Order: sequence, then C-alpha cells, then structure tokens
Amino acid sequence: MKPNDILLAAVTKIAVLIILTFSIDLFFSGHHNPGGGFIGGLGIASSLVLMYLTFGTEAVNKLIPVDFKTVAAIGVLIAVLTGAGSFLFDAPFLSQTYGYFELPILGKTELATALIFDTGVALAVIGSAVTIILSISEDR
Amino acid sequence: MINLMILLPFFFAVLIPFLHRLFNNKLHIGWFILFMPAAIFTFLLQYIPITQAGDTWTSEMKWLPSFGFNFTAYVDGLSLLFGLLITGVGTLVILYSIFYMSRQREELHNFYVYLMLFMGAMLGVVFSDNVVVLYVFWELTSISSFLLIAYWYQRRKSRDGAQKSMLITIFGGLSMLAGLLLLSVITDTYSIREMITQVDSLQEHILFLPAMILILLGAFTKSAQFPFSLWLPDAMEAPTPISAYLHSATMVKAGIYLVARLTPVFGGDAVWFWTVSLVGIVTLLYGSWNAVRQKDLKALLAYSTISQLGLIMSLLGLGSAAIYFGYGDESKVYAIAIMAAVFHLVNHSTFKGSLFMVVGIIDHETGTRNLQRLGGLMSLMPISFTITMIGSFSMAGLPPFNGFLSKEMFFTGVVNASGMNIFEMETLGMIFPVVAWAASVLTFVYCMILVFKTFAGEHKPEMLSKPAHEPPIGMLIPPALLAMLVVLIFFFPNILAKYILDPAFISILPDYAAQGGLGKEISAWHGFNTELLMTIGVVLFGLILYKLLPKWTKIFNWYPQSMTFNNIYISSVELLETVSDDLTKKYMTGYTRDYLAYIFAFFIFIVGGSLWLFDGFTFDMSNNSPVSIYEAVMVIGMIIAALIALFSQHRLTSIIAVGALGYLVSILFVIFQAPDLALTQLVVETVTVALFLLCFYHLPEFRKEVSKVRFKFTNMLISAGVGLTVTLLALSANGTRLFETISGYFENSYALAGAKNIVNATLVDFRGLDTMIEVAVLCIAGLAVFTLIKVNVTGRGKK
Repeated sequence: MKPNDILLAAVTKIAVLIILTFSIDLFFSGHHNPGGGFIGGLGIASSLVLMYLTFGTEAVNKLIPVDFKTVAAIGVLIAVLTGAGSFLFDAPFLSQTYGYFELPILGKTELATALIFDTGVALAVIGSAVTIILSISEDR
Repeated sequence: MINLMILLPFFFAVLIPFLHRLFNNKLHIGWFILFMPAAIFTFLLQYIPITQAGDTWTSEMKWLPSFGFNFTAYVDGLSLLFGLLITGVGTLVILYSIFYMSRQREELHNFYVYLMLFMGAMLGVVFSDNVVVLYVFWELTSISSFLLIAYWYQRRKSRDGAQKSMLITIFGGLSMLAGLLLLSVITDTYSIREMITQVDSLQEHILFLPAMILILLGAFTKSAQFPFSLWLPDAMEAPTPISAYLHSATMVKAGIYLVARLTPVFGGDAVWFWTVSLVGIVTLLYGSWNAVRQKDLKALLAYSTISQLGLIMSLLGLGSAAIYFGYGDESKVYAIAIMAAVFHLVNHSTFKGSLFMVVGIIDHETGTRNLQRLGGLMSLMPISFTITMIGSFSMAGLPPFNGFLSKEMFFTGVVNASGMNIFEMETLGMIFPVVAWAASVLTFVYCMILVFKTFAGEHKPEMLSKPAHEPPIGMLIPPALLAMLVVLIFFFPNILAKYILDPAFISILPDYAAQGGLGKEISAWHGFNTELLMTIGVVLFGLILYKLLPKWTKIFNWYPQSMTFNNIYISSVELLETVSDDLTKKYMTGYTRDYLAYIFAFFIFIVGGSLWLFDGFTFDMSNNSPVSIYEAVMVIGMIIAALIALFSQHRLTSIIAVGALGYLVSILFVIFQAPDLALTQLVVETVTVALFLLCFYHLPEFRKEVSKVRFKFTNMLISAGVGLTVTLLALSANGTRLFETISGYFENSYALAGAKNIVNATLVDFRGLDTMIEVAVLCIAGLAVFTLIKVNVTGRGKK
C-alpha cells in the first residue's frame, strides 16, 4: 500500500513517538504498576501498524529492516530459554527470581528475571501481530 | 550434573544453525560436534566404578514438582550400558558422517540438528526414572527419526518411509503411554524404581495385564518386532550414518531397553514370558528368512537387524523366567539368557554398526548397493573387505569374533529354556531351540551373501556409476574401530563382562545383586556340548544352502505379494485417507457461519447440557454489591452498540459499533478497577479495528441477504441459546462456591515474586507456563496466517 495523506503523516510522526514511549513505559512498569510484556508489546505493535498504514510498507521496511516472523520466533525462544535457565540453578522449570541492586544513576533498583521472560512475551506479541496485519494488508 | 550432560545435545541443536552460517564455507561443521558425544562418553565412564560396585546414582532436577514430574537421572548398569553405546557409537557415526555427507551439496545444519535432537532424546530415554519424562523423550526419538528418514525429502520413497515409521512408532508410543499411566495408577508413583519395590502387590492387580500389553506394544513397535517390523526396511531411505546409528545401534534398541528395564516389574509372569519370547523368536525367523532374498545391501542389513533384535527380545523373554525362581541354582540356568541378551546387544552394535558403515562406503564409492551389480571388489577395496568379513563372520557366529560367544550363549539359553517345567514349557519348549537353530542357518547364509556376492566373483565395472576405490581414511576409521572391538571382545570378554555386562545384568535381575552377577566366566571353549554341535550344524547346513542358493530361492516367488503386512498397511492408510477426506468434505463447507453454528451448538450442548444434567444452576444475589449509575449507563450503551452492529445497513457503521462496544467494555473494566485488563482491551480493540479496516478491501459488496425462514430460525435459536447459557453460567458461578478461594495466594505477590502488580506476577511467574505456551500459540497462529496468505495456493486444492 502506498497512501499519501499529509494530515495523517504529520499526526503519525508525533503520535508514534508518544505511543512508543508510553508502550515502553508500560512494558517496564509491569512489575509494580499496570502494564507488562503483553500490553507493552501490543502497544509497540500498534505504533508499528500505524506507521505502516501511514507511510506504506516499502518505506517502513527500509527504515526497519526486520523480519517480524523472526522476531516472534526469537521471542518464543527467549521465553522458553528463561524457563530452561532455571535448571542451571537447580530450580524447577520457569522459576523466577529477583534482587535489589545499586546501579549508577538509577540508584537502588529491583531487577527481576521475570523481565527477561516478559521481553520474550513482548517480542512474540510484536512479531505475531505485525506479521498477521502485514500479511493481510499485502494480500492483493 | 548428569542431567545437564543429557541436555547438552539439545543446546548444541540450538547452536548448530549459527555455526553452520558462520563456518560452513570453511569447515565441515561435523568437526564442531564430534567432541561433544566423546565428552559425554568420557564423562559417563566415571560411573563405571559405581555401577560395578553394585551401586546406583541418581540426580534429580525439578521440572514440574507440583505434578510429580521431575527429571530424575538414574544411572545403573543397564542405563550406563546404553549411555555408553549411544555416545560411543554416536562419536564414530559423526566422524563417519563428516566424510559421508558432502559439505557443498547437503543441508548439513538440518542433518546435525536432527541428529543432536535424537542423541539427547535417546540419552533421556535411558537415563529417565520418571515414566512421563521417559515417554516425552521416547516420542522425541520417534520424531527425530522421522525427520532423519525424510532427510532427502525430495524423494517420494523417503517421505513414505518416514511417514510409515512415524505412524507405527507413534501408535506404539501412545499405547505405551497408556500402559505406563496404568502402571502409575496401580503403584501411585511415576518412578520406575519405586514401581519395582512394589512388585509383590502388583501382579494381582486387575490392571496389571492391560498395562503389560500396552507397554509391550510400545516396545515391539519401536524395536521393529514382527508384525510391526515393516517400517524398518523403509527407514533405510535415510542417509547411511543414520541407518547405522538410529536404525541398528540405538533407537531400535529402545524397545529392548524398555523390556529389560521393566523385567523386574513384569518378569516371572507367564503372559510376559510367552509374549516376549514368542514375538522375539518369530521376529528372528522372519527377519533372517527375508534377509536372504534381498538384493539391496541396506535392505539385507535392515532385515538382519530385525532378526537380531528378535533374538535379543526372545532372550529377554526366556530369561525373565529366572525371576519366577528367585536367586538359586535353578534360576541360574535361565538367567544365562539375560546375560546372553545383554552381551549380544553390545556385540550387535559393534558388528552391525561396522557393517552399515561399510555398506555406506560401498554405496558412496561405487554408486550402487545392488548385489546384482556388485562383485569382485576384494582387490579394489581390501580394507573394506576385511572389515565386512569381520563383521559378517561375527554376525554368522563364527570364531574368533564376539558374535560366536554370544551366539553360543544364545544356544545355551534356548536349550536350557526348553528344559523348563513351568509355564507349560514341558510341551512347547522344543520350539525355541529348533527355530533358533533354523534362523541361525539362514543368518549364516545371508552373512555369506553379504561378503561373497559383494567382494568375490566377477568385477563388473560397467555396471557401476563410479570406478570402485577405497574411501578417504576418515571414513574407514569408525568401522575399523568397531571391527577391532569385535575381535578384542572375543579375546577378552570377561573384562567387558566385569565392568559393563554384569552391572547391566543385575539391573535386569535384581535378585542377583548380592552375588554381584551371574558369577560365570565367558569362555570361547567349553567342551563338545550341544551348543557347539549346533554351531557346527549351522555352518555345515549354511554352506550347503549357500552353494545351492540359485536352486531354492525360487520359493520366494510363491509367496503371495498381496498378503504381506506391507500391503495391509498401505491399503489401510489409503482407506483412512479416503474416509477422512469424505468425512471432512461433509462438514467443511467453507462458510464461516456454518463453523460458528457448529461451535456454538456444541457449546450449548456441552456447557448448557452439563449445567442442566448436574443441576448446577443456583441463583444467589445476597452478596452482590449495588449497581451504580455508571455501570448501568455503560451496559445500556453496550446493548445499543451491539444492536446497531447487528441491524445497521452499512458495514462501516457496524465496524464502528463493534469498536464502540469494545471501548465501553474497557471502560467497564476501569470502573471495576482492573487497569491491566482495561489497557489490554483498549489496545486490542484498536488493533482489531485496524485489522477490520484492512480486511475491508477484500470484502464483497454489502447486501442484505435474503435467506430462508428456517435458516434464520436456526440462527436465532442458536444465538438465544448461547446467550441464555452464558447468562445462567455467570449467575451460577457467582452463586456457587465449590472450593476455598485461592485469591489469598495471589495477594502475596510482593512477598513471593517481588512484584506489586498481581496481574503481571501471575502472568510471568505464578502461571508462567501458561504464558509461555500462549506465546508459542500466538507465534504459530501468526505464522499460520502468513502461510495461508503468502503461500500461493492457486492450482492446488481445486479438483
């Protein structure tokens, strides 16, 4: 598709930034506040879809040369491997843990293995959603 | 630690595609993988002192402890024997494959990924103590075998062979699962070790016999026992390293492993004794009879593998009688059959592995494996000839090769068994020595065919596509090493017996644990007894039959081709395909509305039906909170939106109405203080509307359909039914409390998972497995949509 709508393009340029920021915030805040991998991933996917709708598939593909099927597969792989990673620490499959660390700039921060798992979830959601929508939109 | 060793091949399977991409232009990636099985082999060697002292070793890795599924690695003599076989032969096979599989022409990453999957799965099978884990690995070996047989998937025969092996072994695997579950129901444990401790109370149980039969089905299909043997000859479509590894040395022995492993549970029972021994001895005869008529070298080896597997199986069956007697002089004469089985298992892996590799060499260097084209290679390929001779003579049971020793023990076993006075062996016992002897004669004949039709006689270079010559040295090393073992084991059998065979023997017959084994030296010479006379008879008759081969092989032509099990298999698969095709065509109309009608009708039937049947409907409003004005307004708005979507004359209006409905639902979530749900619903709704807009392009013009009253009436009935069922269900769910509420557990999310957000803690931690599987499903759905749309199907599917 190759749309040419100046208004939409102008709005999208700003909107995508806002949606992406919001989605990433949602993704990271999931541990304590509403959000998480699924919503964050879906948000990022929707911003990508918005870009595809506005600027066309070719232009966005040039900007983001990623095969979203691979993204989905990598996401699933991360999720499974974090599960299997528990074996290295002699813990049951998919055990999650967390700890508090002193980091520069951020100060005392909680880091949780659940975040790695959540990254896998987010990537799988982004990959699958964009794959589905792109497949349907490119079918002519 | 040992658990991680078992999982090591799987890690390699993940790495291989990357290695292949990086290094394939420079180096054969087999070299990277070669050291891995060698390392596991060396690692396993350290357990020999443990098992040799009669001890065992367990190491537990928690997997799903709440279900009792743990990955418990259990090392005893039997599993160690198999572990060493798998990794030892595996190392040699990988070395061989480096020279067999061309780096330029073959898709090596596929080959090695499948091979690593198999190796890991096979190690998992033999070291698992938990029956469910064992089953998972068991099926994984079937799947990797399927992939490897279909490795040259461009060939129709490879695909057919792969499908056949898959259908048969998975059928067996499923019935084995049922049997194992029955066993765990009887004993109330998933652990094989604990099952063995309960053996006294086991045999009276009503489920004992069904469990035994189901498990034996699994073992027989996997180990290609008659009549399930028909998949193995077709499995020879796989590359030769695979045939050498999976289909002669390891995977087909999984069934034997299972029978041996469960002998302490089932042994001493008459049904077990007769089934295992008879199936084994019939397979022995069937395999050797068919091997004689084969013209393809690999097919000959396939049938000979079937026959040798039958031999080991029948020995395990006959030897299980020893458990009936417990430990003592009376049982010792029967226990020798078990020892023979274990011994022959090792010997078979050495000589058959080397034979397969040599046949691969012949195929590789001359371009054919057809016996009618081969001949006179002796002077051209002297090293291959020597190895073949060692392997075949060992298989034929001639000294000075290890096959002679185990063949003698096999004869001792069957002769002793024929003198049994239990299980009605007084009357029928003579079957075993007679059939064993006849099959051995045939074995001798096909061994001679293998050696002399290939290497002696007239050389016919015009029939070969390449001039025959010796292969690169790396291809000769693995079979030569195995052939050396064949000879070494003959001269020093008791070293092997002491460290490897006796511990394995004790695992099969735990009664002998206190004595540290059978306490009998294996010797090549034990006087002029029945066994030696039988062997001399085998050689004499075998030579006569081999000389007269052209005269009597015509009887194979009389055999009715349509009556073979292979044809029964083919016609039943065809029948299955036509019936399911017809059935599918009847209900797959291609209209979404029909499918929705099926789904909803089924929903009403099952959910509404059980609600009515179990009298589950309750109505209790006493604990409800009052309905606020916001909620009422939202619900009214939702109803209006739904009605608009239903009755609007324009498609765009409908889509907007559906979107409005979704947003109203998410606002309702906000009112009920579920921000996570509300957020998700909002985003999902947005993406869905975008999807609808995309689909817009494809839809035909919107028009009111004029449909029959009957059709409308059915639809109305279904929609009203669904609405009613869901309403009743929701009201009943609110009014019923069957269990203590579990929400208290989730409220501890900060203490348990360090997370203040209960929803997210549930998703990634408490119910992480669900999320993982959902993510996988989502990914598969995405790929499915991509495939359905992108893969061009024009010209297909239209008849």
